[in-house]
Amino acid sequence: MGNPNSGKSTLFNRLTGLRQSTANYPGVTVEKHTGVAKLDDGFIELIDLPGTFSLSAHSLEERIAVDVVLGRIPDLKTPAGILAVVAMSNLYQGLFLVQQLCELGLPLVIALTMTDAAEAAGVRVDTDALEKRLGGARVCPVVATTGQGFGQLREALAALPNAPRPDMPAFWPELRAVSSRLAVESRGVLSPVEIERALIDGPNDPAFAERAGDRMQSLLQEARESLFNGSPPVVEEAQRRYDWVRDVLASVQTESPAYRTWSARIGGWVNRPVPGTIGLFVVMAVVFQAVFAWATPLMDGIDAATAATGAWVASQLPSGALGSLISDGVIAGVGSVIIFLPQIMILFLFIIVLEDSGYLARAAYLMDRVMRSVGLSGQSIIPMISSFACAVPGIMATRVIPNRRDRIATILAAPFMTCSARLPVYALLIAAFVPASSIGWFNLQGIVLFGLYLLGIVAGVLTALLLKQTALRGPKPAFALMLPEFRKPNLRTVAIQMLGRVRVFLRRAGTVIFSVAVVVWALAYYPRSDDVQRQFAAAQSTSRASLSGEALERERLRLANEAAAAQLEQSWLGRAGKFVEPAFTPLGWDWKISAAVIAGFPAREVVVAVLGTVYAIGDEADEASLAQRLQSASWPDGSPVFTPPMVLGLLIFYACCLQCAATLAVIRRETNSWGWPLFAWCYMTAIGYTGALLVFQLGSA
Amino acid sequence: MKDSFKSTLASLKRGQKGVIKAVDAADPAVQRLMVLGLVSGAEVQFTGAAIGGDPLEFRLFGNGISLRRAQALHFEVVALGESG
Repeated sequence: MGNPNSGKSTLFNRLTGLRQSTANYPGVTVEKHTGVAKLDDGFIELIDLPGTFSLSAHSLEERIAVDVVLGRIPDLKTPAGILAVVAMSNLYQGLFLVQQLCELGLPLVIALTMTDAAEAAGVRVDTDALEKRLGGARVCPVVATTGQGFGQLREALAALPNAPRPDMPAFWPELRAVSSRLAVESRGVLSPVEIERALIDGPNDPAFAERAGDRMQSLLQEARESLFNGSPPVVEEAQRRYDWVRDVLASVQTESPAYRTWSARIGGWVNRPVPGTIGLFVVMAVVFQAVFAWATPLMDGIDAATAATGAWVASQLPSGALGSLISDGVIAGVGSVIIFLPQIMILFLFIIVLEDSGYLARAAYLMDRVMRSVGLSGQSIIPMISSFACAVPGIMATRVIPNRRDRIATILAAPFMTCSARLPVYALLIAAFVPASSIGWFNLQGIVLFGLYLLGIVAGVLTALLLKQTALRGPKPAFALMLPEFRKPNLRTVAIQMLGRVRVFLRRAGTVIFSVAVVVWALAYYPRSDDVQRQFAAAQSTSRASLSGEALERERLRLANEAAAAQLEQSWLGRAGKFVEPAFTPLGWDWKISAAVIAGFPAREVVVAVLGTVYAIGDEADEASLAQRLQSASWPDGSPVFTPPMVLGLLIFYACCLQCAATLAVIRRETNSWGWPLFAWCYMTAIGYTGALLVFQLGSA
Repeated sequence: MKDSFKSTLASLKRGQKGVIKAVDAADPAVQRLMVLGLVSGAEVQFTGAAIGGDPLEFRLFGNGISLRRAQALHFEVVALGESG
């Protein structure tokens, strides 16, 4: 346990290596990282907690850390001891938390991290004197990136369960006197420390309230009134504790004023308004470039491999339901999950590196002013940026936002950002229907694509603004952010963290996307029509009689594709498409597009494949031939289906709709309600429909 | 109370150091800043502002902390004179 950026994760990874596992805390969505550290004789289980500054939690992540340490999580025992992590360069805030932890009456070891950097900057700490001031708790200076000092740390951890509890004078004697008296009053049900936290943090823990009972609750309330006299107790706590910290620092730490290290100099530049803002745009451009350009070859490779595997399996299995299920359902389903892995991994890599180096905090700082104009704070910028690759990790990144209203507004704005799954459809429709002519220096196709990105951003920002004006109205979000010094990210930590996040993504989104792929397959496959099969077989034999060689093979493929299209037309999906066609007619869509759009509601990335099947060019259609087919698609009266206003409307519909079951599932988990995902879905669909309707009707008039 | 603060965190010049003398802690956002260490007696140095002059960045015992001008007005400061 320790402050954010104190080097907890690096230390944790160093101690446990790959002996880690991630699970959810019961009842909440935050991942619980546990790992096993090998000691000289035996093992010890460690939990890596989110960083916090105080036992008075401020955000969801801090709340988890505090609840675990205080043993408030059901089914999870109070820990046997605490490994407090304090960055030597930030003893000031570190010791504030350590003093709170010392009072808990649990055995405690303090790891003093990043000692190399602090010593290079001229900081000297007398650890013996520090141990004395901390009531005898062991202090181990370490360098987590190199493993220096870990022998002693492991020794201290081995001795931890039997170590004496730190014995420290009360930081607020009057409070301690009251809490001791109340503890006696409760007949040992409540400990003095618990009572102190309850007095300071107020009556907000239901489990504690239940144990305390009504009589104790009213005694606590009386004590609050007489002790604090209306002024907020956290203020008094902060003042007293930091006074103590300054006193301790004066006696254990000598610091030469060598603050001008390389990282501070970079920090100075990055934070200057103008170079900083330019730098931020450059960094974002590089991240986008990486996510889209570097991932493409890998994604194409995965796509080809999936298609080849599917085709090979299909050729090995007898044709029929099973073969189709495995090749078109299961393999295509797995493929549609792993196709996102390159982008997700590159995105995670950048975010972790930027986070570890301390840059993300600066991005939030620089963007705060802009975000404030839409009612959010700088902390919303990171989830928004992540959502350009995928809204799922983006929404999970909102946990650092302390205010619930801001967090929900950010969650609802995030799915508007153009995620990577929208790109294939944009690419298909733009390539087919937007002429590649130039306007000045710019390519028209590029302008349209840029416009769609912009549309997503504007829609998301307006949504946040709207929500903050209405349902989520509240005081302007506060903004208090630590700006850590820049440091070189540790390769090992980055790799381990990236693997962990990819695992979480696969479990969260992968299972949903996979099952959706199989369900969509079933809807498009059943029921089979024997008539279609018979006609297909008849046409096959006719063509065999009149053609031969390559021409026969081409004809066979054409007929097979046509048969597949005919089957799809009378499948559940095709029927659904026809059923809803009247609703989409005002948008200029025929049943084929309606069916593809319906299939795309659980997972938007299947739209291209469904269009391929429905336009009878096989589901492995390359874009060029599909584009051609779309251009020639026509209504029964011969007029083209894909007119410019209709295509633009379709693009807008697609840009706005929440066609992603994985995102809905994540919104449900993160907001812990069905209402918000339902609202998001209806709201976004309504906007998409209205937008498409307006564009088509006005454009066609 | 706030109006009586003549010299606040927001009135420090870039690079200037000051010691916090008093805090008007009615605003919960200010209370949070106090938990982060901005309490009476703490020495801070103003290191700069983001584009548009807000939020502000300070150095507090070797670490950067940023806050908005609106909150900075709630901290009374005694300036220690120019320093690099």
